[in-house]
Amino acid sequence: MDAIGDFLAAYSTTIAIVGVNALLALSVWVTLYAGQLTLGNAAFMAVGAYVSALLGRHLGLPFPLALLVGAVGSAALAAPLGLTVFRLRGVYLAIATLAFGEVVRVVLLATPITGKGQGLNGIPPKTELWHIFLTLAVAAYVLWRVQGSIVGRAWAAIREDELAAASQGIPVRRYKLTAFVIGALLAGWAGGLSAHVTFSIDPSDFAFTKAVQILVFAVVGGVPSVLGPIFGATLLTSLPELLRPLKDARDIFQGLFLLGVIVYLPRGLVTLAQLRRTRQLREIGATDVA
Amino acid sequence: MLEQLYNAVFIGSIYALFAVGFALVFSVLDVLNLAHPTTFMLGAFAALFAIATLGLPWYAAIVVALVATGAFGVLLDRVAFAPLRARNAPQLSSMISSLAVTLVVVRLVELRYGGDFIVFPAGAVPSFLIRFGDVTLEGTRLAIIVLSVLVMAVLTYVVRSTRLGRELRALAENPRAARVVGIDVERAIAATFFISSALGGLAGVLLAFAYNSLDSKMGLPLELRAFTVMVVGGMGSLPGAVLGAYVLALGEVASLVYLPAELRDAFAFGLLFLVLIVRPSGLFGQRSVDRA
Repeated sequence: MDAIGDFLAAYSTTIAIVGVNALLALSVWVTLYAGQLTLGNAAFMAVGAYVSALLGRHLGLPFPLALLVGAVGSAALAAPLGLTVFRLRGVYLAIATLAFGEVVRVVLLATPITGKGQGLNGIPPKTELWHIFLTLAVAAYVLWRVQGSIVGRAWAAIREDELAAASQGIPVRRYKLTAFVIGALLAGWAGGLSAHVTFSIDPSDFAFTKAVQILVFAVVGGVPSVLGPIFGATLLTSLPELLRPLKDARDIFQGLFLLGVIVYLPRGLVTLAQLRRTRQLREIGATDVA
Repeated sequence: MLEQLYNAVFIGSIYALFAVGFALVFSVLDVLNLAHPTTFMLGAFAALFAIATLGLPWYAAIVVALVATGAFGVLLDRVAFAPLRARNAPQLSSMISSLAVTLVVVRLVELRYGGDFIVFPAGAVPSFLIRFGDVTLEGTRLAIIVLSVLVMAVLTYVVRSTRLGRELRALAENPRAARVVGIDVERAIAATFFISSALGGLAGVLLAFAYNSLDSKMGLPLELRAFTVMVVGGMGSLPGAVLGAYVLALGEVASLVYLPAELRDAFAFGLLFLVLIVRPSGLFGQRSVDRA
């Protein structure tokens, strides 16, 4: 037991970040599953992080309530944004959400209450490991149930062929928007949790690189299953720790790994588990990634 | 005022060279090459290698950078794009594979040169001043502006009037039909990547020369600006990308005068967002695929 205790003590921050990243990967998975490539989740994470930290500091709101307001705030921002940007598809949608992310970052850089470029320091470390992993379990379970429900099937239909889905009477815009708002809610919640792990936040934590990183977690893990993004985030977050002996060559290895997955296992690492059952693989669809 | 206008035209020329290469690949293949900023950075480092290690003069260094980044582009296509193209993967996949290449290449450059700002050896980069009455302008920048305009004129000629240009336009219109009429598609794509990456690399050398500074992350600010330029000009339109580049540069310089420094980036992204919402086809865009 001591060994486990020591391990947890030594690596508790890494373990917390693994959990937060898994939540973030799930947040982008929701839209990917519906076939939509969005890159705004780093910004939603920022909204959750800043709102919860500021509410705790200035209004003394209890931690769970501050987290909730942060997450709901993200979702509330996502709804009108989604209404506007879901007129776009594919690369255009990705670029529009990316631009939104940059706008959020610039607003954070220019607003006095968010500490401008310095960000916020001395955020109390209120997040416990069980907070993160309980949320992760709940989110994964709920999304897994949603995936099998009428909503999940509508998302899959939109992903495979949007026109065909619309002609079946599926309200495409509404389902896309639902996925987007759920994703923002999750990302906002994860942002609040992570701010209370890392002690300090600043706008550069939520830039383009972060948005891409979140996406990579989900894609490497694999979009066909909710377990994919969790697995991808866990692997890619702990990989730098495991690869520590490689030191400077770490990024090179990560890049080659990513390239290998996207070229040889386009539907992500979770498909490894399904390789034995190739017939089923064909059944879950011919298109890769999303 | 004149000086600011001059700087805007200079920065606009760099943006244009960079974004035209980006737009070329998008117009022909419908993919975003997210390794383009890395190619830009490689151009600057290839020139540094030519000058500092091989002892070549600056003009030879530019040629070295052009050839090196062009070759890198062809390699990039074989490694990151060709396998995905072969199985008709969605756009997202090639965005990620090109990003993976970026991770590897940036790190390799950092292993050799470190992650900090580097300057060229003293006297290696030409620098002279031009005086108009009481206004003093940097001559290097004027030379860069002229060179960029020349390069873009040549590119326009190649795309409009040569056999290769006709092949590229056919490929952009309909890859299958292009193959049917006997176009060597893979060769044309290799040429696209060579030209696109050489343009990106050229932009990198020129910017590094003008500022006498380079670093492994110098491409990052250009990535998002290139999106703005392409969207403003209409995705995949080459004249649109050139126009968009100068619009963005002028707007940025003007906003620097009126806005606080923290909002420097706001103009580019605000403009990008606005155009996507109001007129997603951009100023020159015609195709309506992927836009509802």
